[in-house]
Amino acid sequence: MHLPRVSIQAADFDLSAEVASLRRGDGGVGAVVSFVGTVRDVSAGQDVLRMELEHYPGMTEASIEAMIDAAQARFDIRAVRVIHRVGTLEAGDQIVLVVVSSAHRGPCFQACEFLMDYLKTQAPFWKKECTPEGAHWVDARSGDDEALRRWGVDSGNASQ
Amino acid sequence: MKVTLKFFASLREALGTGGTLEVPDGATVADVRGLLQARDAAHAQALASGRALRCALNQVLCPESTLVSEGAELAFFPPVTGG
Repeated sequence: MHLPRVSIQAADFDLSAEVASLRRGDGGVGAVVSFVGTVRDVSAGQDVLRMELEHYPGMTEASIEAMIDAAQARFDIRAVRVIHRVGTLEAGDQIVLVVVSSAHRGPCFQACEFLMDYLKTQAPFWKKECTPEGAHWVDARSGDDEALRRWGVDSGNASQ
Repeated sequence: MKVTLKFFASLREALGTGGTLEVPDGATVADVRGLLQARDAAHAQALASGRALRCALNQVLCPESTLVSEGAELAFFPPVTGG
């Protein structure tokens, strides 16, 4: 069975199961790097109780597929899996998973970071934080644009 | 020509999920934003020119100078904050 590269889902994910799926049947894999993003319980000094994740169905999947194509073209990697959760997430919950496999560790580390930098600034997701004082939309960070610029890619997401 | 509009996040809360809009041939994304601003106070505020917004034409991020085409899906939304 061909595994999907991208899943946008409300359900949680299992890192070990995803790593095992990505490695299965590929004896050339010598390195696997994964990143898991989680919901912090504090943001800008405020307690965060939960978070609402909204996305643009269709565009989200297509934009992440395009990022994976870019990573495959740029780095010597074998396979990629991205899962991003949407809906209501509690503090401590997992939000996002990126797993990359390759023959050697160098491109694997790089591709994982590249994909996260891309995803933060180019994939259409929006976070709303729910605090004891009320709910608010999270502002985009210019630091995320700078992270993508390290790869020679201009984002302009957080700029005016 | 007719375009389908979509709004997300804070824009969706202010304006709803979208709808369809008749726009003149040769209109750019910026022209459509201007037409929408003139609709009512809520649109004027949510789409105000000083506000940093991103747009996507047929589900691909684009600059506001992009020409829209008949039947296009045009989305406006705040800077993205996933990951």
